[in-house]
Amino acid sequence: MRFAETGFNLEVDLSTGNVERVETDPRLTALHLGGLGTNARILWDRVPPETDPYSPDNLVIFAPGLLVGTPAPGANRTIVSTFSPQTRFLGYSMMGGFWGPELKHAGYDKLIVRGRSPKPVYLWIRDDRVEIRDATHLSGLGAGETADRIRAELGEPRAQVAAIGLAGENRVFFASIEHGRSSASRLGLGGVMGSKGLKAVAVRGTKDVNVARPAELFQHCQEVLRYIVVRDAKPVPGVMPILAGLGSPQEMKIVDEKWHTENFMWGNARTRRKDFWTPEIEEQWRGTQEQVRKRLISCYNCPMKCGATISVPGVSTYMMKCFSKLTYTMAAYSDLDFGFRIAQRATEYGVDAFSAPQVMAFALELLEAGILTEADFAGMPPDTEGRFFWLLDRIVRREGIGDVLADGTYWAAERIGKGAQEYAHNNIKKHEQLPLKLGMLNPVYFLMYCTGEKANITQIEGQFPQAPFPTMEERLDFVKDWIQVPDEKFKQYLLDWEPRGERSNPYYPTVEMCCDIVDWQEMMHYIDDAVGMCAGLGSFPLKPPYHIHNWPAILSAASGLDLDEEGLKTITRRNRNLVRALNNRRGLTRADERPPDDHWKRRFPELEQKLLDAYYAYKGWNENGIPTEATLRALGLDDVAEDFRRRGILPGGTADAAAKTTADGGKA
Amino acid sequence: MSGQKKKRIVKTIHVNVDKCNGCRACEVVCSAFHATPKYGTVNPERSRIRVIREPLRDVFLPVYAGEYTAAECAGRDRYTIDGRSYDECAFCRAACPSRDLFHEPDSGLPLKCDLCESDPPLEKPMCVQWCINEALIYEEREEWVEEEEEPVEELDVGLASLRTRFGRERFEDAVARLARKAEKKA
Repeated sequence: MRFAETGFNLEVDLSTGNVERVETDPRLTALHLGGLGTNARILWDRVPPETDPYSPDNLVIFAPGLLVGTPAPGANRTIVSTFSPQTRFLGYSMMGGFWGPELKHAGYDKLIVRGRSPKPVYLWIRDDRVEIRDATHLSGLGAGETADRIRAELGEPRAQVAAIGLAGENRVFFASIEHGRSSASRLGLGGVMGSKGLKAVAVRGTKDVNVARPAELFQHCQEVLRYIVVRDAKPVPGVMPILAGLGSPQEMKIVDEKWHTENFMWGNARTRRKDFWTPEIEEQWRGTQEQVRKRLISCYNCPMKCGATISVPGVSTYMMKCFSKLTYTMAAYSDLDFGFRIAQRATEYGVDAFSAPQVMAFALELLEAGILTEADFAGMPPDTEGRFFWLLDRIVRREGIGDVLADGTYWAAERIGKGAQEYAHNNIKKHEQLPLKLGMLNPVYFLMYCTGEKANITQIEGQFPQAPFPTMEERLDFVKDWIQVPDEKFKQYLLDWEPRGERSNPYYPTVEMCCDIVDWQEMMHYIDDAVGMCAGLGSFPLKPPYHIHNWPAILSAASGLDLDEEGLKTITRRNRNLVRALNNRRGLTRADERPPDDHWKRRFPELEQKLLDAYYAYKGWNENGIPTEATLRALGLDDVAEDFRRRGILPGGTADAAAKTTADGGKA
Repeated sequence: MSGQKKKRIVKTIHVNVDKCNGCRACEVVCSAFHATPKYGTVNPERSRIRVIREPLRDVFLPVYAGEYTAAECAGRDRYTIDGRSYDECAFCRAACPSRDLFHEPDSGLPLKCDLCESDPPLEKPMCVQWCINEALIYEEREEWVEEEEEPVEELDVGLASLRTRFGRERFEDAVARLARKAEKKA
């Protein structure tokens, strides 16, 4: 019997209509756990690097993580993996909600889709019965409307649906996959679904998920819940309100947006409004938020309330989470009421709420600069809010200028030319970033921005405070119950970290300490993404309930694998390197690894290169950011090493590789 | 009735729908607790509590499995409360042929909440323990009830339900027929 996992993948080829239930190799679970880890293995084996993201040969994999469907609180994430139309590297994004557990209960660890259907279809998975159904009548519908229509026509109110809207159908480079209050938003995965003619996937599952050592796992789950209660009652003092507790940033609960509105940039990541948050604004925004927010809501088997149902007068009710509350508002220099209104339409269209507003603000800047002209915007209303709605409508339909903008700021700028590239200033690896522009280089964040494989800061940061505490008293208070540190030295790093003076950014934490800190932060995300744990209870917050010291026991009890900390770290490194290898094979090198030039005012080129050199070495990568042969072989990724040699990504010809293998074999 | 009164404990779960966030942890832990081995499997379909969850209509309603019923009701009910309209039979606890709620997925046998009866007894049912948002609160109260003169036999309950189901005439015919058969054999 297989534990935690079902032991089967569902393989669907939309070109031929072939559907297969395929038993998986349990050794892959031992090597990669599941989720992103096993997704990366499948993509490595089956999608050659020349494959265009929108080609039928590309795969899109929907994978609930290893723990999804077990009693572990917060394990509900589906890791969607494919290649991104925007970055052209690995595109992976996670969605919470209820879809992942439903797929597990239907009897599958992954849904793997390839090919392209000649007409729009949706998948209906009801345990062992899988149908590819016509979706012609759903074309053009919003993602939420689609889910409702499908549940109604199937007569299955409890079916869970992941769907794309118009943006995905029209292959917008920042189209999302929407599922209730959750979405896999970043990197254009919705466009890949659209390119396959796949409008939605509906699932209903009624089977058991087994765990290996029930009583033991249950005890751990009880402890996690108890810890959540205790931790919730003890917010971390001295950090901004949304980072004080557990969960995703509590944007739906918290009204106080002083920090975001005064520190994040408005418009196309341009203007900082240092005195924005006045008592009048607070009162007005509180009114808006409390009027439209109907209820705080959770994902499957999680006590946190990171999402909300939002009902704006005159607009259909929808669900929201996290920071989409402010991205449209700030991009348009508007107010919260506008933010909630346009987010409803954007969610139905299915676009990424980080990229979409920035793309629109970028377009308006180009108009102002005369790079685009009034003719490009013929018919656009004069008011700011009206312009955003108008642009959004054009983009998701790829109409006129919308067709250019639908490729995101980087590719749009390339197409427009005439200096438009200067305005696509907030990208990493061609992907729009949080609108943050700061003063002093932060070395830890520098490394995370450069090397984060998802090109999203929120998917690598966490655990370690974002800024030093001003007083020693606060620091001592913070470290005294900091059980999550992998090593006691991290406490000292924090104790010694000062806001000013010698022990402050950018030279402190030192280069070596930065490597330790970033590696720890990243490791926790790689665990979450393999097991399907929400970052809100694992990798993102300060002092979370899941950490490197309890993960091995929890995972072992659930899956029957015999893991200790070292074993788990090795798996995490393996997954990390395989993800990197996928990108290296598609051309990723050191040259791609840089934050936006204007991210910090005060830059230190020499230190930055030192940081990158040291971190690459720490990770076992060469100076170009490519895992070395020794690193790959130590992780059992010999086939990756050999592929790298064949392609000339690593030095040494095929003959050398063969000699080396023999020599190693001889030693063994 | 003898007029004697006796004390009994009434176990209640207070469901506060305003506090429900629809996470379904109650379903997860219920199915795990009632699994064999205990906590060995999870399957919300086997849970004796289900959350009727329609976020866009603000319907978040945990419902416990009650008595099995062999036949569906002659009529259906629909409620609208504070502008929220609940589906047909939403509040009903019965495992009933009209819907798939509260039936074992493989056998179709009815499920019923037993408040996590176990030895030693739990302080609170598991669903309550796992609902840390306190939408489910366990309450016990004492109640004085008339002592019944004779204990109600399981057989009596069964026979009474058969009579309800098939009507007095058919029921009595069947009993008489069975009695005749038994006589013949003897």
